[in-house]
Parts: sequence; structure tokens; C-alpha cells
Amino acid sequence: MGYVAIKGGETAIAEAVKLLEFLRTRDNTASPLSTEAIQNQLHFLHSRVLSEGGLYHPELASLAIKQSAGDTLEAAFYLRAYRSTRPRLGETPLHSGKNMRLIRRISAAFKDIPGGQMLGPTTDYLQRLFRFELLDESPKHFRKIAKTWLKEIPDEVLPTTFPKVLDSLRQEGLLPPVTEHHEHPFDITREPLVFPVPRSAALATMARGETGSVLAIAYSNMRGYGDIHPTVAELRVGYLPVQLQHPVTSEFVEVGEVLMTECEVVSMYEAQENEDQPTFGLGYGACFGHNEVKAIAMAILDRALQKGIKHGSQSPSEDPEFVLLHIDGIESMGFASHYKMPHYVTFQSDMDRLRTTQKNFQEGKISE
Amino acid sequence: MTLLPKSLETASTKHQNDTSTSQSNVYGYQFGFLDEDAKKEIRRTLLKAVAIPGYQVPYASREMPIARGFGTGGLQITLSIIGADDTLKVIDQGSDDSVNAVNIRKFTAETCPGIKLTKRTQEATLIQTRHRIPEIPLKERQILVLQVPYPDPLVVVEASEEKRKIMHGGGDYARLWVKLYEDMIKFSEITISHRYPTRINGSYVIDPSPIPRFDVPKLHQSECLYLFGAGREKKIYAVPPYTNAQPLCFEDIPFRVEDFTDEKGQRRACARCGSTTSFLDEFLGNTGEKVYQCSDSDYCNSQLALRETLSE
Repeated sequence: MGYVAIKGGETAIAEAVKLLEFLRTRDNTASPLSTEAIQNQLHFLHSRVLSEGGLYHPELASLAIKQSAGDTLEAAFYLRAYRSTRPRLGETPLHSGKNMRLIRRISAAFKDIPGGQMLGPTTDYLQRLFRFELLDESPKHFRKIAKTWLKEIPDEVLPTTFPKVLDSLRQEGLLPPVTEHHEHPFDITREPLVFPVPRSAALATMARGETGSVLAIAYSNMRGYGDIHPTVAELRVGYLPVQLQHPVTSEFVEVGEVLMTECEVVSMYEAQENEDQPTFGLGYGACFGHNEVKAIAMAILDRALQKGIKHGSQSPSEDPEFVLLHIDGIESMGFASHYKMPHYVTFQSDMDRLRTTQKNFQEGKISE
Repeated sequence: MTLLPKSLETASTKHQNDTSTSQSNVYGYQFGFLDEDAKKEIRRTLLKAVAIPGYQVPYASREMPIARGFGTGGLQITLSIIGADDTLKVIDQGSDDSVNAVNIRKFTAETCPGIKLTKRTQEATLIQTRHRIPEIPLKERQILVLQVPYPDPLVVVEASEEKRKIMHGGGDYARLWVKLYEDMIKFSEITISHRYPTRINGSYVIDPSPIPRFDVPKLHQSECLYLFGAGREKKIYAVPPYTNAQPLCFEDIPFRVEDFTDEKGQRRACARCGSTTSFLDEFLGNTGEKVYQCSDSDYCNSQLALRETLSE
């Protein structure tokens, strides 16, 4: 008799890999997806993977989507795993969202804001009706759309950077003044979270959190397991120029730009413990890519966490451990998947306990 | 430890000449996959873990190319300490041929060129394992790396990590004792099947990973070094050689390992090698009958070989 418990693992794995590859390529008349097509035509999927992967590499994000056949959790995972092979060579100075080259900015707090509302490319006011003509598109259609659109662009040069809505609220004293923090920002890729953690650690964790998880916990707060009652002071999407210190001249030079979404919410005021006058609370959300729902949810959670830290958490969304240890997609999906692996030994052990307990029961050792 | 980083320069030159192979492009991976700074950090964490037996040292666990929950903690330790002169064995559920063991062995061999692979417990200098400690006692100069899903034994009584850390600091295991006591009241038996809380060096209580109770005594005064890696929970801890490891139990209620006696009161034997001392896997045979076999495949093979030699 052979060893029957576990065998043939190596061949089985190799064949499974082949099957998966066949699944991806089985339509042999279709043209393979190019990384550019993924980045452009699947703009929001690409953005989501960039943000959850926590590595700004648009080309590799596209490759990750391709390799994972569009599974967002898996795709983000490819970026994270790749990141583990790279040393941290430098650190950027603090960047302000004010410098963003905007493609969209809106405020729900005021009808008019300095610089004006700028709707940009948004799905907000789409009617979700199928456009059946898209079932049959060609590169010709693409070119036509681009040509028409470029023709309609006004000649005047519009500003691309705008002041922050929050600045005017601050000037009026409706928000607490900015307090300068000089401690080093927490790098979650180089330090473990040991609670309590600074706000920078919480923000970094949420910035690469899984969109659905961040949204679900924030939504619990919106619905009533919490009471942030946010107003979106400003939501912006755009390209943030990234600076690095030149290793020789020590001057700050622009090394590139990252597509980002940033959201600032204000929450209703609460009683102050000290003698300061009451002000609105502030929540901040920001992540790589064009991910508006995530940025809003993150801003709400940031506010909820700050409240929880100050007054003690009254709901799950106000508990830093609960929020920060359960929103990472790579971790949660990995652990959920691991239950598929063999658990013969532990299950043997479980059966041993149950059988013994059942025996005790039958022998009358366990009383009511 | 010899670390031979694969030259990225070579990889990128190769990329220019041959763009068809994705393995040798500019994104080529170095020896041991992780960047050297990460390995150094993990080795420092290991030193601290050995210096404070049973203490869970937090570390910035890296994402690995295998999923969280599949042994990323163990793998990070293995890759951080392995050198080209090491002999590696990887097991899962006691077997070298389990899918996960195969996968981890393959990945390690590919990213650590030069290492030797073995399935023989005695030949290995480094063993990565999930859910079992080998039957053949490990010796000095052998390291067993255990994959850990839950590093903290207190998680069964306290959900908050912040509070658990304080409890460990104060040696406050009262609620764990109460849990054991309540088990006796409710079931007349301690119901913890695996991951049995074990006190190390008379101080910290650890979760020894999901090894069966059968394996817990092997931690006590062992000749080898045990390293525990929890990748998802970002903790590393250790049981150094010749260290006391005591499963939590009451004076009048002895610690009991899994029971393999049959209806007649006989210790069940492995259907393959006949061993009556090993941990057994139970499964249904082709005709629906129950079969018991050694969980440790290398041990089973060596017992079988021994039996064949004796019968010749």
C-alpha cells in the first residue's frame, strides 16, 4: 500500500497552473489585453489596484490585473509581493494636496468655492442605462471621440491648481487651527502596528486598505453605528508632483507625479474639554489612483478613529484596532483562502476532543 | 550564512538581449527574494525572540508571493536565515508532499540557488513546518521554523491586541486559567484540541502554533531551536534549546495528548509501517473503512525501511 494521505502535490500544482493559464487565454481569436488598454479602458479597476497594492507603478499594476485575470485582491497582492523585494532608498518630504494638478474638485459644503467647482470625469450623474452600441466598438470610434473632444476644448489656459476649501473655513475659525507635527511619519512597510498607533500609521494603513472593507466599516458609522455626520468640504482628483532630495545637490527636484484622490470631510462639532471654542471636526482621506468612494470612506473613518481615541470607542468604526487590523485586503483574503489548505492534523485533534467529551456525556460525567 | 545576491546588472543585460523570457527581465529577484534590509530586520527580530523566550516580538512583516495564511511568517524567517550551505526540508501536516509544502519548497529552491533539499528529517539543517513537529527528535544545529496563524494564546479570552499585550506584560493569564476551569465544569474535559497554551521558561505563555497536543512535549528541553513566524499578525517568537515548555494544566488534571486507543483499549498502529507511537491521520479507505496512518511521512518511510531490513 502506498502512502495515501497526501501525494501527487507537485504534479497537481503544475497542472492547476496550466489550467488557469488556459482559462485566461482560451479565446484564441481575441487580441491579448495590452497594459495600456488596461490602464485606460479599465481606469477604475487600475486605480483600485494601484491604491490597494500601495505601490505606484502603473505598468506593473496593469500587468498584475492581467496576470490575476481581473481579481482585484490578487492583483493588489502582486504589487505588494513585488514591493517586498525592493529596498527603501529614499524618503520624500511632506507633500501638500494643494499642489495637485487637478482633473476634478468639488465641494458639497458651498455652492461656490474659490476657483470654482470642477466636475471633471465623474460617474456621479450617469444614468445607468446600457449603451448597447459599445458592444461593437473599434479603434476608429475611439479616435473619433478623441478628435471631437479635443476640438471642443476652449483655447484659454485654465489654472490647474486651486486653493483648499478648508483654508477659508480655517480663516473663519470654524475649524481648529493647523497644529504642526514634527514627529516622523510612521512607515507601515517598515514598522509593525503596535497599538496605540499615531494618526499617520492609521492613515497609511487606510490608504492601501481594501476598498470594500474600508467602505463597509465607514458605512456602519454612516448608518448609525457611530455619528460622524460628515460634509464633504472638498474632494479632489489629480496628479500630485512628487519631490525628492537630490543626493548630490540636496535640492528638492520633481521626480514624477502620482494620480491621487483626496477627500476632506468636516463633522459636527462636539463639546470641548478645554476652554477652546467649539469647532467642526476634520477627517482626511487620500489614496493612489482615482478612487472617490474609498477616499470619502477613509476620511469618515479617520474622523471616527480620532473621536474614538479621544473619548473611547462607542462603535466598531471608532476602534483603531478593529478598523486598522481588518481592512487590509491582502491579509483578509489570504487568511480566508488558507482555510482551503489541508487541516488534517488539527481536525484529528478536534475529533479527539469531541469524542472524549461525547464519551463523558454518555457516561454521565457532564451534568446539566 | 552566505548570501549570494543575484546580480541585477546581469539580469538587466540579459533583458536587453532576450526580452522573451519574463524570468530574466529587469524585475529579477535576488537570492532569498526579500531585500537585504528586510532580512537583516528579521534576523534582528529573531535574536530578540531568542533572548526573551516566548515573547512575541512585533516586526514589519513583508508581503510574500504566497498568500497570507499559507506560511508567510515561516517563509520570511526561512529566507532570512537560509544560506547556500543549508539543507532544507519543508513539511505540511507532517508530509513533504502536501501541496503547500511542495509550493514553499519549490519557491525557496528557485529563489535560493545552491541550497540542498531533503525529505529526511535527520539530514536537514533547517525545517519549515505547518501543524507538526517531526517524530524523529531534532538535534542541536537543527532549526525548526513553524508557521503561525494566531501568535497569541490570549486571543481566545481577549480580542484586543492592546489589552493582551498588557496582560502578557503583567504575566496575567488568569482568564486563560478560568477558561480551562470552565471547560472542566462544562465538559469535564479541557476542550482545547490544538494550539495548546504553553508556558515558556516559566514566564510567557505562547500559542505553539496549530500543532496537536501530541507535539507540545517536544518543545520542552529540546536540543533544537524552535522559531515561530506569524506573517499576517506580524510577530516572531522562539523557544530556544534546553528551555522549559510547560502546557498549562491543573495539579490534579494532567495534560493529555490525543488518544489513539481503539475500542479494545489497544494503541492503534499505523496501517503502513506498524508504528504504535506516532501521531496518526485518520481517513476513510476506498471501501469506507477507517484507516490510520502516520502523519509524519518521513518517519513512516524510515520505520517501513527498518521493518523491511529486519524481515530480510
